[in-house]
Formats: sequence, C-alpha cells, structure tokens
Amino acid sequence: MGDAKSVRGGAKMARPLSPHLQIYSPLINMVMSILHRITGAALYFGSVLLAWWLIAAASGPQYFGYVMYLFGSVPGKLVLVGFTWALIHHAAGGLRHFLWDTGRGYDLKSIDLLSWGTIAVSILLTALVWSVVMWLK
Amino acid sequence: MTRSTKMRTPLKNVRRLGSAKEGADHFWTQRMTGVANLVLAVFLVWLLASLGGAGHAQVKSALASPLVSVPLLLLILSAMVHMRLGMQTIIEDYVSSEGPKLVCLMLNTFFTILVGVASVFAVLRLTFGA
Repeated sequence: MGDAKSVRGGAKMARPLSPHLQIYSPLINMVMSILHRITGAALYFGSVLLAWWLIAAASGPQYFGYVMYLFGSVPGKLVLVGFTWALIHHAAGGLRHFLWDTGRGYDLKSIDLLSWGTIAVSILLTALVWSVVMWLK
Repeated sequence: MTRSTKMRTPLKNVRRLGSAKEGADHFWTQRMTGVANLVLAVFLVWLLASLGGAGHAQVKSALASPLVSVPLLLLILSAMVHMRLGMQTIIEDYVSSEGPKLVCLMLNTFFTILVGVASVFAVLRLTFGA
C-alpha cells in the first residue's frame, strides 16, 4: 500500500485514520462529554415515562393507580432515580456548555474542575431530590 | 472517471444557489430551548417530588391550576424541540448511509411530535376536566 503507482491511479489505499476511542486513555472531560450524549438520548426515550404518567392521570383513577404502582415498585423506582440523575446531569452539562459558549473556561484547570463538578453536582442533587421525596412521603 | 469530472468539487453544485439561510439555526434553537428547559425542568422536578406519592384526585386538582399546567405545556413544547435537534445530531453522527439516515431523521420527527402531542392532550384533558 501507498506505492507511487496506486497513489497516482487514485486507487483505494489505506488512508491514515485519526486515533479514536480505544486509543485514548479516558479523560474526565471526555467521559463527561460522552455521558452528556448518553443522558440526552436516555432522556429522549425517558420522555415517554412523563407522557405515560400524564396520560394515566388523564385516563382516570383506576389506570393511574396501576401506573403509580409500577412506578412505586423497586424496578420502577430505580428507573425514576436514573431518570432524575440523567436529567440533572444533562442540565449541569448544559450549564457547562453555556459557559464554554461564551469562550470562557477553556484552560485545563477549569475543564477538569467543570467536568468533575458536573458529576459531583449531579449525584449530590439526585440524592437531595430523592431524600426530599422520601421525607415528604 | 475522466480527468475533467474528477476536477469538479461539490462547490460547483452550490455556487449561486445562495446560502441555506439556516446555518446557525440548529445551534441557536438548541441553546434557546436549553435555557428554557433549565428553568422548566426545575419546575418539573419540584412538581413531581411534591406529587411523589399523590393519589389521582390530588394530581388532577394540581393540574387543574394554570400555574401548573401552563409551565408543564411549555416544558413539553421546549423539550420536544430540544430532543428532536439533539437526536438529529446523534443520527447524523452515527448513521452514515443516506437511506437509513433519512428514515431515522423522519422517525425522530414523528416520535417527538407523537410524545409531545400525546402529553399536551393529556395535560389539557386534566386541566379542562373531561
């Protein structure tokens, strides 16, 4: 591959590829970037849960009771905690992107701080929200 | 392929057609709905946390108030636009062949409109009490 003849002929040759995911060791800002996309996609499909809850409430007490029973079960609660975390993590990531949109926070120290901040804030706020939910009950 | 066709670049196809006039639209709408979602998602979390173990009657009376149903409708609208644009980017990044990409983009629009309209319908039904 890459001999002069094939280059001149324009034939297919192995082009140099830029290194991809499996080459880089994970950095925190890279992990947060990936998580931002994953949580976004999860919320996309998770929006069905909100629609389902609203439709159940609009359908009447009997069906609503059934849906609330599902949401209140252990797997249901796990999904809801996951949804809460995804929502808060995606919102925190959004805030970080708003800051970056202004051209600020691009030095390595800020990037690390913002990235660790995103995951820390999302976990803490999720725990706070669910503590309040449990406490209100 | 002859030499002359190889010299052509895609630029030739778009010359004199003018700009698409929507270059920054995707970016800007994503940011605008993102700002709206930040405020409205705080409201949603507050609403759902306070209605955590609530029964049907309590949920119905909460949603009968325009102070609850209007922000909820705004959130649904803003979130669906935001979701559609976000998933569009994901599809354009990962689905490279033209046919499946078009199908996915179309399904993306259908899905977000379906979830949005169904949610809006449910909220309106709760608010106006059918």
